[in-house]
Amino acid sequence: MSLLAVRNLDVNFDTPDGEVHAVTKLNFSISAGDALGIVGESGSGKTQTMMAVMGLLAENGHASGQALFKGHDLLQMDTAELNHHRGKEIAMIFQDPMTSLNPYLSIEKQMVEVVMHHQGLSKAEARAHALEMLSAVRIPDPERRIRQYPHEYSGGMRQRVMVAMGLVCEPDLLIADEPTTALDVTVQAQICQLMSELRRKSNTAIILITHDLGVVAGLCDKVLVMYAGHPVECGSVEQIYYRPRHPYTKGLLDSVPRLDQPEEKGLHAIPGNPPNLLSLPRGCRFRERCPKAFADCVEAPPMSVDSEGHAYRCFLDEPA
Amino acid sequence: MLRHSLRRLLGLIPTLLMLITVAFFMMRVAPGGPFDSEKSLPPEIEANLNAKYHLDDPLLKQYFHYLGQVAVLDFGPSFQYKDWTVNELIAQGFPVSMTVGVLAMSLAFIVGTLLGIAAALRQNTRIDYSLMGVAMLGISIPNFVIAPILILVLAVYAGWLPAGGWDGGFASMVLPVLTLALPATAYIARLTRGSMIEVLHSNFIRTARAKGLPESVVIRRHALRPVLLPVISFMGPAMAGMISGSVVIERIFSIPGLGSYFVQGALNRDYTLVMGVVILYGVLIILLNFVVDLIYAWLNPKIRYDETS
Repeated sequence: MSLLAVRNLDVNFDTPDGEVHAVTKLNFSISAGDALGIVGESGSGKTQTMMAVMGLLAENGHASGQALFKGHDLLQMDTAELNHHRGKEIAMIFQDPMTSLNPYLSIEKQMVEVVMHHQGLSKAEARAHALEMLSAVRIPDPERRIRQYPHEYSGGMRQRVMVAMGLVCEPDLLIADEPTTALDVTVQAQICQLMSELRRKSNTAIILITHDLGVVAGLCDKVLVMYAGHPVECGSVEQIYYRPRHPYTKGLLDSVPRLDQPEEKGLHAIPGNPPNLLSLPRGCRFRERCPKAFADCVEAPPMSVDSEGHAYRCFLDEPA
Repeated sequence: MLRHSLRRLLGLIPTLLMLITVAFFMMRVAPGGPFDSEKSLPPEIEANLNAKYHLDDPLLKQYFHYLGQVAVLDFGPSFQYKDWTVNELIAQGFPVSMTVGVLAMSLAFIVGTLLGIAAALRQNTRIDYSLMGVAMLGISIPNFVIAPILILVLAVYAGWLPAGGWDGGFASMVLPVLTLALPATAYIARLTRGSMIEVLHSNFIRTARAKGLPESVVIRRHALRPVLLPVISFMGPAMAGMISGSVVIERIFSIPGLGSYFVQGALNRDYTLVMGVVILYGVLIILLNFVVDLIYAWLNPKIRYDETS
């Protein structure tokens, strides 16, 4: 049985301008100890998918479908039930480490409260546990650092604290929402290395949300590509990177700047913009930007799966 | 922290000196004097009076004489209440005003924050709308309208409370405290609601929820501090205004507080009395702002002052 199985997930937001369809008919699953990367540009629904799973959608948002965590549907749970899983079995790391820690509480209070709440440990035990975790994410001098406040930490250190805080209860699943986007490149590499180490050590499954294909390649075994709220392609890292089936995935891969290509070719960009989520076009959602679109694309392509388990949402029966 | 506090308290002296100087000369610039009345006094008597109170000295001499008095906390004799010194008038009126003010502010703080939080947690529901509607009324209806209504209902019709007067007992405090507290309660409720709604949308609250903490803990441990910051900074100066006495409320409920002295003093050109009250008010404002800063630093680690810096 998979650890988390998302089935037919729809996430919609009521806005004064109408209903925004942030996520449509999303299916994916992840097994214990696996690492799944979810990629797509801004507004493709990757973050909202995870917010729905965590029960953290904004008030005007609602999710339908199923998110089965160890067989129990997270979407059907009320807050009290969710709180048995959140922080304990599923932890989440957010995009912006500068604002995601409470500036009014010391790191100690913020770490200790999770452990005490979920594991019923005493304050001293929880503190020892937190110190251990801070050493594991390589915060120097944790005894002194733990008493400090977030503003005394740099961005990279705050994100390491977030990682430590997420992993302190040894969750089965860690959701990392663009954990390295706000950080500079060297720090990015540290955070990624840290997560993959911890994953190996404690067999924690990781869902990594990002638009950075490089980070995914380094950390994940499976990749899900999303476009305008739709999953468009899903497969192993090798399948996605070497044999992409969807023109959008191909476009994404081509827009990664490369040193081994002649300079005069310049940077590749996918022309146009993603469709308006208030009024999605009929048929394939990528149709208007797709270099290979043809007549059939006015109908919505179904998700097809090839013999190797590589899934893609395109009528083209050839590598893109 | 201690060093910083001492430095702040020393900073009080130049501020007060400036306040005294401006108030002193403004009073003298205003036309009329303390002994002007409808029937003009015989010139000899007026000259004698002026001589007795040193009003015939050159203005600068009067000013430095007054500064010397203030330095030893002697605010001089009142020109209007001739049997009293200003120190005695303040000693008599200030405790009454302060009692009413402190009680009203405490009530406003407790009730205001609770209502504000309740409204914020039920944002855009009927409870929220009705609480905020009532708060809007509380802010916009002046206290000289609220006071007679309260007197009429609670004192005259129901007969539960005295309609006015002051005996230092609980019953005589209820109506003036309520009247004084109402607008502040309403204001604090609106302030708290707005602040709470903003804080609840911040990223660190999302983190706290993602940790699986019960909502009550999220609010108490994570949201309360930042929510209270704007409330605290409102309360400092507001407190100074409330404990130095409200003329309207003291008049309506016949309370022997400080507020009426201030207005009477200004109208009668009672130089020393006005100066005394102005200085008291200035000291209160500065002290309370200082207290606000201390509470701020306690609530917000970012502005704690290091011993080293």
